[in-house]
Amino acid sequence: MNLYHYAAPAAFYGLAGRLIPWFAWGAALFAAAGLYISFFVAPTDFQQGEAYRIIFIHVPAAWMSMFIYMVMAFWCAIGLAFNTRLSFLMARALAPTGALFCFLALWTGALWGKPMWGAWWVWDARLTSELILLFLYVGIMALWAAIDDPKRGDRAGALLILVGAINVPIIYFSVKWWNTLHQGSSINLMQAPSMAATMLIGMLVMAIAAWLYTIAVALVRARGLVLARERHTEWVQKIIKEA
Amino acid sequence: MVWQSAADFWAMGGYGLYVWGSFGATALGVALEVWLLGRGQRAGIKQLQRMQRWEAE
Amino acid sequence: MWRFLMTVIRRDLLLAARRKGDWLTAQFFFIMVVSMFPLGIGADPEQLRRVAGGVLWVAALLASLLSLARLYADDHRDGSLEQMLLSPQPTVLLALGKAIAHWLIFGLPLLLIAPLLGMQFALPLEAILVLVASLAIGTPVLSLLGGIGAALTLGLRGGGTLLTLLILPLYVPALIFGAGAVDGVLAGMGAEAQLSLLGAFMGMSLLIAPWVTAAALRVSVD
Repeated sequence: MNLYHYAAPAAFYGLAGRLIPWFAWGAALFAAAGLYISFFVAPTDFQQGEAYRIIFIHVPAAWMSMFIYMVMAFWCAIGLAFNTRLSFLMARALAPTGALFCFLALWTGALWGKPMWGAWWVWDARLTSELILLFLYVGIMALWAAIDDPKRGDRAGALLILVGAINVPIIYFSVKWWNTLHQGSSINLMQAPSMAATMLIGMLVMAIAAWLYTIAVALVRARGLVLARERHTEWVQKIIKEA
Repeated sequence: MVWQSAADFWAMGGYGLYVWGSFGATALGVALEVWLLGRGQRAGIKQLQRMQRWEAE
Repeated sequence: MWRFLMTVIRRDLLLAARRKGDWLTAQFFFIMVVSMFPLGIGADPEQLRRVAGGVLWVAALLASLLSLARLYADDHRDGSLEQMLLSPQPTVLLALGKAIAHWLIFGLPLLLIAPLLGMQFALPLEAILVLVASLAIGTPVLSLLGGIGAALTLGLRGGGTLLTLLILPLYVPALIFGAGAVDGVLAGMGAEAQLSLLGAFMGMSLLIAPWVTAAALRVSVD
């Protein structure tokens, strides 16, 4: 088997079509297991009560939002270095899901913060960096939306993503540093007092579910993009006719 | 078993609003994305078909 | 190489000298935005002193974006940008020269205006000095990173608004360290740490931004 074979759009389209159901069902399965662990296996936390169950969704969402950005940066670097068009499509396919997870991490963070900190929003280092990450996602998608020429859009977006990737750790550091100057954050979502093994397993299972879901969704989106880009080729014309 | 009854489960020890608000929003977000994706996919194919017809003329 | 860099800078300065209105707009924008804050939040000197660093810095970010939107647009419109890209001179020098020229036109006057505004905000002398120092180290970052955005959004509809969306998140460390330096000296903790972090960020931007801007220019002008 030749991996380069699947870098060709037609082969990718077929392979992705065959893989999507597997990832989608895998995601559903892991999500079901993760939900079962978060509600029926994990015991009540003696300090935070039941509210801590939010972390089973908050932490995986936050992980995914950062991880997806890194994967996008990876694909963009590959695309710029080797001029592979499919890599740029992967970055485009991933961005909306990354933004969704970013939003969900903020939303669940607010819902966790209200009972724990007594406020919907706290300028905590993590929440603040997550907010700025959401801004980065929005900026990238706005840039893509503004550029009609696909080739220019691919490359301009890739450059912005890479600059953002260099900047994200600096932003995180600066926000953390700013945070310690202005207020000491009290309890942290991650430093829950009893980080028991079940909790860790629950978060991991949920993270795997989110991961499989992201792959499935991104592949569907990438297939749509491939069709639009390659619409003049024979194989796409055939698919469109049969659809 | 953690929960005594169904009502106990939904109340989440008084944190029902926050816990279900989080899980509900996530479910909603995922459902919305899947729905938009499906719709976009069909619309994309239709658009390509239209363009094909238009270019054939 | 030096000659080319100097030519790029001198050319932009000459153009700016002929079109004074263009770059004065950004300066007056800066002054006006800053002057709106006391009207909005009240004239209590204690309160003004507390927000001064942040307000001046945020206004500087916005003013820089206002002037950056035209950094490459004029040259793009009259075709001279394409000529410069076709010339055998490295594009990265063009990007660097443009950023330096922008800083001389935008950042340098800001340093002269900032002390006056600092006095309006009841800042003590040492805080004003730190404010000017932070702007001196920080405004080059704005010119350098903003150049990336200006190159990426070249010729797009709604380019100016888009530029804001793309670049403001990248400005965050400069804002935090810059405004933090003023806060630090007001709190009696000194500003060395903030200023050196800001300097490190500036050094990094100087190393990376011209290359990215050059790549973005080649993507946008094709």
